[in-house]
Amino acid sequence: MSILQINNVTMQFGGVTAVNNLNIEVQEGKIEALIGPNGAGKTTAFNIITGVYSPTKGNVIYKGENITGLTPDKITKKGIARTFQNIRLFKNLTVLDNILIANHLRINSGFLSCTLRLPWSNREERHMLEKSEMLLDKLGLLGLKNEIAHSLPYGEQRRLEIARALATDAKLLLLDEPAAGMNREEFNFLQDIILNVKQQGITILLVEHTMELVEAVVDHCVVLNYGQKLTEGPFCDCESDPRVIEAYLGKEEAEC
Amino acid sequence: MIDKLNNKKNKIYLNILLAVIFAIIIILLDTERIGDNYIRRILNLSAIYTIVSVSMNLVNGFTGLFSLGQAGFMAVGAYTVAIFTVPLAERAKIFYIIPQNPVLAQIELPFVIALILGGLLAALVAILIGLPVLRLKSDYLAIATLGFSEIIRIVFTNAKSITNGALGINRIPPMPTMWVFFGVAILSVLLIWLLINSSYGRAFKAIREDEVAAEAMGINLFKHKVMSFAVGAFFAGIGGGLYASLLASVDPKQFYFTVTYNFLLIIVLGGMGSISGTVIAAFVVTSGLEVLRFFDEPLTLLGVNIPLFRPGFRMVIFSLLLMILVLFFRNGLLGQKEMSWKLIFDCFNKKKPRKKTDKGGTAQ
Repeated sequence: MSILQINNVTMQFGGVTAVNNLNIEVQEGKIEALIGPNGAGKTTAFNIITGVYSPTKGNVIYKGENITGLTPDKITKKGIARTFQNIRLFKNLTVLDNILIANHLRINSGFLSCTLRLPWSNREERHMLEKSEMLLDKLGLLGLKNEIAHSLPYGEQRRLEIARALATDAKLLLLDEPAAGMNREEFNFLQDIILNVKQQGITILLVEHTMELVEAVVDHCVVLNYGQKLTEGPFCDCESDPRVIEAYLGKEEAEC
Repeated sequence: MIDKLNNKKNKIYLNILLAVIFAIIIILLDTERIGDNYIRRILNLSAIYTIVSVSMNLVNGFTGLFSLGQAGFMAVGAYTVAIFTVPLAERAKIFYIIPQNPVLAQIELPFVIALILGGLLAALVAILIGLPVLRLKSDYLAIATLGFSEIIRIVFTNAKSITNGALGINRIPPMPTMWVFFGVAILSVLLIWLLINSSYGRAFKAIREDEVAAEAMGINLFKHKVMSFAVGAFFAGIGGGLYASLLASVDPKQFYFTVTYNFLLIIVLGGMGSISGTVIAAFVVTSGLEVLRFFDEPLTLLGVNIPLFRPGFRMVIFSLLLMILVLFFRNGLLGQKEMSWKLIFDCFNKKKPRKKTDKGGTAQ
């Protein structure tokens, strides 16, 4: 069953067509990768799904519901959360605060009862705290909960960003180049996390340049080039497709 | 000795001790055993400035909205208290040129109700202003809120049957005790502190840190901005109401946009995003402005009349201090930290060579 469908989506910025008549279907519970050379429109596609951009044409269907044109916060409430290509944590806040903030969207108590610390909002706050600490524990960040986010090493910042996205109770997780700039150890840890998240039944859509990661975790691939879908299928098929090789490396000289 | 003091139990005792000393000083001042009316007045004014500055810090320092409308919200609160608390018998003497609106001329409210009503009206105005204006960012928001504050002042100058125009309203009943000002100030700061440390406060901080990320985490930016703006305006209105009763009169000239700069100075000095810093800065700046009056008096040194010392020179010094502040202490007194015993002890300990490196503070 497909959890997300992108139907005939076109995105134009002035005269530039960043995404052209794109169709993608993401199956529930699977890991789908969006790959392609720089400037192929991968991040634009992400921004369309998460509501940062409203597409010029076409629509986005999430769990049978049209979410095209909704604001990012409403889309996140429906269960799609993301990380950013260039890490965007709440830098001057603690690790724990970063996670607690991601819990805020599910809050039931109003701001008056929260301010006055009424019993039910206290109970909710405690619940949020427990849930956040459990999540941090699962991602190996619990020991760092009182550290300021920007003081963390790079790999841990990336991990915290994934944790923060998961804290919104997302059913579909969008990861924008999660492995960029990671060392070997961090990379292995990331791989475990991604597979672990999949086991919990959370669908993942991944943009990634590190083919090693794509090969290791991904169930299905979509290759983009110049805003258009080049091909799709299992990674091994895509990898050997001559059109994909051409998009990445250019045409061979030996034609003549 | 300092290390001995630096444990949890002793810190609680220190806090209680501090509160008792504070209460005794206020009681002594209040019962006129020490100090004079001049000092009492400055302290009351400091308490009011504390309320307004902390409310402004909620909007500017914690939510990251550059708003300069505080004087306008103060005016709303001040005029509400002025209009509703002046005794009915005195009304005709005040509105002697244009009679007061017949409906308002019938209503007299107790101070507390008028004060809260003033806060609520300020919050309502903030919501109405916020709906269009909070879609703007940074500098544009500052310009729009500044404009709003001027509009309020001009409306109040011209709505003569309600506000008595440029003549203002006097004969506002004075407060019998300093505790009115200090009590409301303590309560306001406490409430704002509780708000900031709640889930909503965290959402405000998230907006300040990164709007794009905050929105991606499901925070409705607009709703939370309006919320912060309205709460900020509510407490500015409360501060304005107290201001009216402290001065016993209001007129539109008291609410020029320049008033907002005092609060801006206070929150920059105290630290954008620090409540305790703001409280300290509010007292320092308010009394400092009085101390600087020395520069407004003519000064003769060794028989030479120093030409600089004349009315207005105080503000030159004041502006110079502001420039030095933004050049060298951009984070203010406390930055985004809060005053705590740990901070004070760490400050003392830093002076002594330490063997162990402490990982407590984080470098900004």
